[in-house]
Amino acid sequence: MTDQTAFHSGLLNPAAPVPDGLTDAQARPAGRRYGVYRNNVTVSLREALAEGFPSLVGLIGRENFDHVARAYLRQSPPTSPLMMHYGAGLPEFVASLDQLKHLPYLADVARIDVAMRQSYHAADSTGIDATALQTLDEEALLSTRFDFAPSMILIRSSYPIGSIWHYTLRGGDKPAGQAEDVLILRAEYDPEPFVLGPGAGNVVQALQNGASFGAAIDQGGDAFDLAALLNLLLSQQAITYLKN
Amino acid sequence: MPDATHAFPHLPNLPGVGYKPQHFSDILTDPSPVGWLEIHAENYMGDGGRPIAQLRVLAERFPISVHGVGLSIGGEGRLDPDHLLRLKHLCDWLNPASFSEHLAWSTHDSHFLNDLLPLPYTDVTLTRVADHIDEVQTVLGRRMLLENPSSYLAFAESTWSETDFLAEIVRRTGCGLLLDVNNVFVSATNLDYSPQGYIDAYPLEAVGEVHLGGHDEDEDDHGAPLLIDSHGREVVDPVWALLDYTLAKSGPKPLLVEWDTDVPDWPVLADEARRAASALTRVLA
Ligand SMILES: [Fe+2]
Repeated sequence: MTDQTAFHSGLLNPAAPVPDGLTDAQARPAGRRYGVYRNNVTVSLREALAEGFPSLVGLIGRENFDHVARAYLRQSPPTSPLMMHYGAGLPEFVASLDQLKHLPYLADVARIDVAMRQSYHAADSTGIDATALQTLDEEALLSTRFDFAPSMILIRSSYPIGSIWHYTLRGGDKPAGQAEDVLILRAEYDPEPFVLGPGAGNVVQALQNGASFGAAIDQGGDAFDLAALLNLLLSQQAITYLKN
Repeated sequence: MPDATHAFPHLPNLPGVGYKPQHFSDILTDPSPVGWLEIHAENYMGDGGRPIAQLRVLAERFPISVHGVGLSIGGEGRLDPDHLLRLKHLCDWLNPASFSEHLAWSTHDSHFLNDLLPLPYTDVTLTRVADHIDEVQTVLGRRMLLENPSSYLAFAESTWSETDFLAEIVRRTGCGLLLDVNNVFVSATNLDYSPQGYIDAYPLEAVGEVHLGGHDEDEDDHGAPLLIDSHGREVVDPVWALLDYTLAKSGPKPLLVEWDTDVPDWPVLADEARRAASALTRVLA
């Protein structure tokens, strides 16, 4: 008998023998025929990862990516049929690989790839109008708290990950050396990673954690540009609700 | 948003294609090659965004077939209750003209393998598959279609032919069948039997939909042809001929062209749909 435990055992392990009880039409051992399933599983998962991580593919090249993907998918096959979520653990896996230690920013750039996909499939929402903020008096404004769009995702890094992401996928200037926080926003259906100005990552993170507007902007520091951040959030439909 | 329409209670006996987002505007610009569309259920289980927005638009214009690829109906374990509820949610809001899944398994020990894996045909597996189909039909509150797989190997322990196995499942559960004639051709070549003989033995009266797709060619360890169901190219002539053979016996059916890898530009897929339309015309002539 060839139960599914036996059939499954060799799918992600190329060194495992072909399970017993599988044959061709002449009752000879299945051999390569089992290999078709092994290959299908590996290739389909690898392709799904490659599609989900365009910037990682761009940064290390498709051949290197395939090696990383193969190791990852054998260690962490999907645990759900929702392939749109597969690979959420790949950035951490990348960070753990000695061969990639010389590219310390890779994992954080890969987190942008994960977040772009998450944002793409996140629930729809409608942003508030700028007038909703403008009509608040100062006291009310400082004490208000924001709800954000489910498609908004903040990624903080010690590396210039937003510039690297842009340079890898869209070309342009070579990334400079400083740390960047990236805010992924989806005004309609296409998520876009925006590089935040100084201090804005602190402010957004505080707001996401439920801080009042007044308490959050206190986290911004001297170089923080409040108007630029509000303009970005409003134009990208990121603030969905004001509450006191 | 309870916007389910009842405008399309059945798939029409017309060609359809597997929907790919890159064809969205082409399809809306000139829908004439297709009478309906099929989607892979799992791609529309996100919380929102473009996929679901596009699906809402398409569902107003076309009958939709929801084709699941991840329920693992042939699995040894119980059906994933979360996944079954996700399917129910999708079918409830979309109210598709058809729901179908595969005679295969894809989940084991909480691993989802993203492939349609084979099962032996025995009394034990028959009972298990029938129980799973009962559960699906009960939860979804609708009849489902079960699709025959592409086989690359045989199980020594099998005691049922695939056609008898499918007929018995239909008898026990009342489900319908999705007949993939490319899968029949692939399996018949790989396991050395007559594809026409398979059609002769197959319960055609239960067919609610027919699939067509392209396959790749390889060889086994002994140099025998080994066809791989890739859905990555045009349907080959012998499969079109097998379709004619089938339709001559079954009468017209909803025909779906599947093209899932190396997806071509719309005109290529539209031509395949037109070729399916001419097969339907021939059977009505
Ligand atoms: Fe199919």
